[in-house]
Amino acid sequence: MRRGLVPRLLAHAVLLLGAVVMLAPFVWMLLTSIRPAEEVFGAVFNPIPGRFAAPENYARAWNEGNLPRAMLNGAIVCLGILAVQLLAAIPASFALAKLRFRGRGMLFGLVLFGLCVPIQVPALPLYLGLAHAGLLDTYFALMAPFFLTVFGMFLFRQFFRAYPDEVLDAARLDGMGEFEIVWRLATPAALPAIAAFSVFSVVAHWNDLYWPLIVVTSSELATPPLGILAFRDTESGGNYGALMAGAALVTAPLVLAFLVARRAFLRGITMTGLR
Amino acid sequence: MTAPRQRAEARAGAAFALPAFALILALLLAPLAALLALSVTDYRLGAMAVRLVGLDNYAALFADEVFQRSLRNTFLYVAFVLPGAVFGGLGVALLVHARRRSRAFYEVAYFLPVTATLVAMATVWQFMLHPSLGPVSALLRALGFGDVDLLNDPSLALGTLALIGLWQVIGFNMVLFLAGLSAIPRDLYEAAALDGARSGPDRFLRVTWPMLGPTTMFVTITSTITAFKVFDTVVVLTRGGPLGSTETLLYVLYLEGFQYFRTGYAAAMTVVLLAFLVLLSILQARVIDRKVHYA
Repeated sequence: MRRGLVPRLLAHAVLLLGAVVMLAPFVWMLLTSIRPAEEVFGAVFNPIPGRFAAPENYARAWNEGNLPRAMLNGAIVCLGILAVQLLAAIPASFALAKLRFRGRGMLFGLVLFGLCVPIQVPALPLYLGLAHAGLLDTYFALMAPFFLTVFGMFLFRQFFRAYPDEVLDAARLDGMGEFEIVWRLATPAALPAIAAFSVFSVVAHWNDLYWPLIVVTSSELATPPLGILAFRDTESGGNYGALMAGAALVTAPLVLAFLVARRAFLRGITMTGLR
Repeated sequence: MTAPRQRAEARAGAAFALPAFALILALLLAPLAALLALSVTDYRLGAMAVRLVGLDNYAALFADEVFQRSLRNTFLYVAFVLPGAVFGGLGVALLVHARRRSRAFYEVAYFLPVTATLVAMATVWQFMLHPSLGPVSALLRALGFGDVDLLNDPSLALGTLALIGLWQVIGFNMVLFLAGLSAIPRDLYEAAALDGARSGPDRFLRVTWPMLGPTTMFVTITSTITAFKVFDTVVVLTRGGPLGSTETLLYVLYLEGFQYFRTGYAAAMTVVLLAFLVLLSILQARVIDRKVHYA
């Protein structure tokens, strides 16, 4: 199987060249975030900063804008969404996979239909509804549209279908109720799928711009993308060091999580691809 | 199975499905019904009177130059991104798949943009493309292209956004293709070798490419949908400009619905968007259902 040296070197050359392009923004972001302002605008270009300015840039990004609050909001919103998604989707998808009840076919049909409807479609009526209820500019408004996850239901249903019926029947003979079966038997067994879905959900909602841009106006409720947008506009004087430090702060949680749990991330994203 | 057991099962199933049904009703079906209803009115947020206007909104839509242009720009953007997203993703996956020790490094490098917050990375790109301070502009000058302002040139801005879109999506597609590649049974290659397919290109054309057929179709459609929904980079980098050259469907929809509050008109626009997406999704479902290899 071992092929020649030349093709292998060629492959590495192509891949490395591509990797340089892929990583360039990250490298540039980090380099600029530790560069003092006078060097950003300096006539002489020097890739490695002459003076280490990370403390002032990161302090500015942390204190001047609204980024710590935006990141806290991001965490609150992501966890709130994920909690409701799991609570609603796990029992429903178990029912879809393992229980016979009236309306099962219809529910599954709706799930399949929902898969092709992105947030931009119900956004307008949902916005009007929230405005009417006086709920715009609240955590609830940020989270509510995503409480329903047809994708999660579809994914979990596929997973539960593979769960052996014999185990379920044995548990029923032991006197376990269906509620107990879902949460104490099926859910632990579905942990890999739940982990993958959680990755997908958190990545999607930490990074989402469209919906927060619509329903949030006050800076106390800004999510990470809104926080970085606002910070950029206040730093319009061109303090790129602080702006890049801010971008690094906002990207850091997910990027670090990806580096630590690479397998889980790739699986989570591949699963979303399989829908 | 006994009758009481069946009844218990039906009860449990209905109880488990109830919250999901309620959410589907509140967050999917009711908004869709409202959307269709709004699209035949002249409703504006805050307006006192509402009039039924029939299909006027739809007629206005197809006479609206801004909408026409956004449609054109969006299709153009998809056409720019798609070939690179599919064949680039496939090429990278093929090369990465053959690596052993360095595979993890390349996976991380190419996948990093997928997890990174696009809004934040777009501000980085803005700085990289800055006409006087950015390294990309410096590189282009050094290569003899002169002073180019990629984001402020009407003939280049959309293509630049497409390159950033490609940068973001290629790692995602690589992962999908890698999954497809590891699902190809090894003995197929051995059988092909017995048939005389020994060279790399031969093995690719006779085994890899046909076996990847479903994955390729899938990646093509997902990439189309993703590109179709381009929004973040437009907001951060160009706001539809220069000269409307980067006004895309979602951006115009966002402006009409949530900045100008022409609700009825935006609803009609959303219905058109939904029609496109349902069409693409039906295509996608049919591809997955068929599950055949185009060998």
